[in-house]
Amino acid sequence: MSTPRPTATALFARPSRAKRIEQVVAWMLRLSTYFVLLCAAFIFYDIGTKGGSVIFRTSAPFINVPFLTQSPETLNVFERDGQKVTMGDQEFRKYKAEHAEQMKNVHPETYVYSAGGIFPNIVGTVLLVTGSIFIALVLGVLSAIYLSEYATEGPFIRFLRLSIVNLAGVPSIVFGLFGFGMFVIAMDMGVSLLAGWLTLAFMVLPIIITASEEALKAVPKGYREGSLALGATKFQTIMSNVLPYALPGILTSSVLSIARVAGETAPIMFTAAFVVRDQMPWEVQKFTDFFFQGVMALPYHIYVVASKIPQNEYTRDVQYGTAFVFLFTVAAIAMTAVVLRVRLRKKYKW
Amino acid sequence: MPEPTTSSSAVRQVTVPTKVNATPQKAANAPAVARPIIEIDDVDFNYGAFKALQDITLNIASKEVTAFIGPSGCGKSTLLRCLNRMNDLVDGAHVSSGQIRIDGVDINDPRVDVIELRKRVGMVFQKSNPFPKSIYENITYGLRIQGEKRKPRLDEVVERSLRGAALWDEVKDRLHESALGMSGGQQQRLCIARAIAVEPEIILMDEPCSALDPIATAKVEELIHELKKDFTIVIVTHNMQQAARCSDHTAFFYLGRLIEYAETRTIFMNPGNPQTEAYVSGRFG
Repeated sequence: MSTPRPTATALFARPSRAKRIEQVVAWMLRLSTYFVLLCAAFIFYDIGTKGGSVIFRTSAPFINVPFLTQSPETLNVFERDGQKVTMGDQEFRKYKAEHAEQMKNVHPETYVYSAGGIFPNIVGTVLLVTGSIFIALVLGVLSAIYLSEYATEGPFIRFLRLSIVNLAGVPSIVFGLFGFGMFVIAMDMGVSLLAGWLTLAFMVLPIIITASEEALKAVPKGYREGSLALGATKFQTIMSNVLPYALPGILTSSVLSIARVAGETAPIMFTAAFVVRDQMPWEVQKFTDFFFQGVMALPYHIYVVASKIPQNEYTRDVQYGTAFVFLFTVAAIAMTAVVLRVRLRKKYKW
Repeated sequence: MPEPTTSSSAVRQVTVPTKVNATPQKAANAPAVARPIIEIDDVDFNYGAFKALQDITLNIASKEVTAFIGPSGCGKSTLLRCLNRMNDLVDGAHVSSGQIRIDGVDINDPRVDVIELRKRVGMVFQKSNPFPKSIYENITYGLRIQGEKRKPRLDEVVERSLRGAALWDEVKDRLHESALGMSGGQQQRLCIARAIAVEPEIILMDEPCSALDPIATAKVEELIHELKKDFTIVIVTHNMQQAARCSDHTAFFYLGRLIEYAETRTIFMNPGNPQTEAYVSGRFG
């Protein structure tokens, strides 16, 4: 018995089971992507609007300058003539001295860090990021050059590479504790910029080494051979005819690293960050003290203001404002690297 | 796969020989080269355990063009890369016996500075490899790494090298533009110009025209003919017409051995070895 010949509609019109599955899968993939996008958009919207209202002003100079240029202060809230008044600590003391009679029985509510600005934190984060990225790039690129150009492939080098890749998976708090034990205590650096730099640099080294090695390996062999055949040494060849072409790739990895270094709280809370510090980083007795001072930093400040002080209308500004400035600072540093990369790409097109 | 055979009758029926006809060494390096600049003396060459070249003996004459021909994998490129020790870059590659002498000096002697050697023995690669820099920077690369900084001297070398490579008129107005904007044939001639800028004595060319169209190829061949006046040229080629057109001596390699080495005319018109004849007449390879 032969099966009847299917009609044209049966052949082309009815979606088969495989086709339905195909459509469902496509939509699931699409929706999960949209969901991620939606979450990210919500975070940026929330911080952007609430933080933006702290930073931007409707009248000239349109930016909340004190928030960006002052140090954090304690906020005092008290009642005067039936109205709530908020004042920063310095202002409050002055006011209290002037109106001693009136203020005798006033006990203000205080909220730490909720007045003033976050200038020292911005400075601290920029210092931490630039220093650690510099250390990580120098160490990372040198190691990558060794691995890609000089090392002879073998079990030991493979083991070395595996260790480096695994290092990337170590939680940041472990790096923080390592830095604390190694640099702060064993090497007696104290809670300092230098200890923070080294800890953060070690945290991002795996990313930088791996990406730099890939970037170096992507440079065509012909450039190396051509250079060597002209009588260049291996080192001359690498410096003038391999590394420049790999730089854009190396900088791409450093953009990722910058975001990580700037954002991590765990590695610096034991090694470099102070909750509060009155002096600015450049107010040091002698040059070497610069490296051995702790700094305030944005991520740690966010942690403190988000978890250690009550959440209410008075503290909200500093919380959202700090988060906003933090996002902006990271984006600005990363942008610099992106611009540098684009310029290099243009210069060495291949 | 036909039974491996060494008989010449089997070669005549389109069979790829898997063994080589033993030719007496004397016949192999027959041409009494008048002024040998490169003397290859009974060289064996290994990639690790794999023997890529065996018992190679030939002398290469000064200020002449010598062509290495043979099918892929016969060892001709390997031998070429021995001459400026580019094989040093390959792990486990080494000359396992014999000597290669240039101007009477054993180039594999540990006292020989490979950098000095490569300055005297330039190389042009199969895939043209201009650096992603300007034309000017490409030409001056060799001199700059030697520490030459004087602008007039560099300018002079750029003009002389580009003229030498018959490229000056085409690029003189865009010396500071990227070399990657040139055509394939121009790029290869730029690589030749870059090689002659450091004033080597010998120029090695590893299939320099394999990626070029016939017109660009003709230009490079013309150039080779010109360069012969000042340089000793060793060229590896897959193109037998090219070897016939531009070389003075031709060496035919097969399976890591030198089968026949003679004046180009002899190799193509009256080869002494049946395998050579089979190859040059296009019956295998």
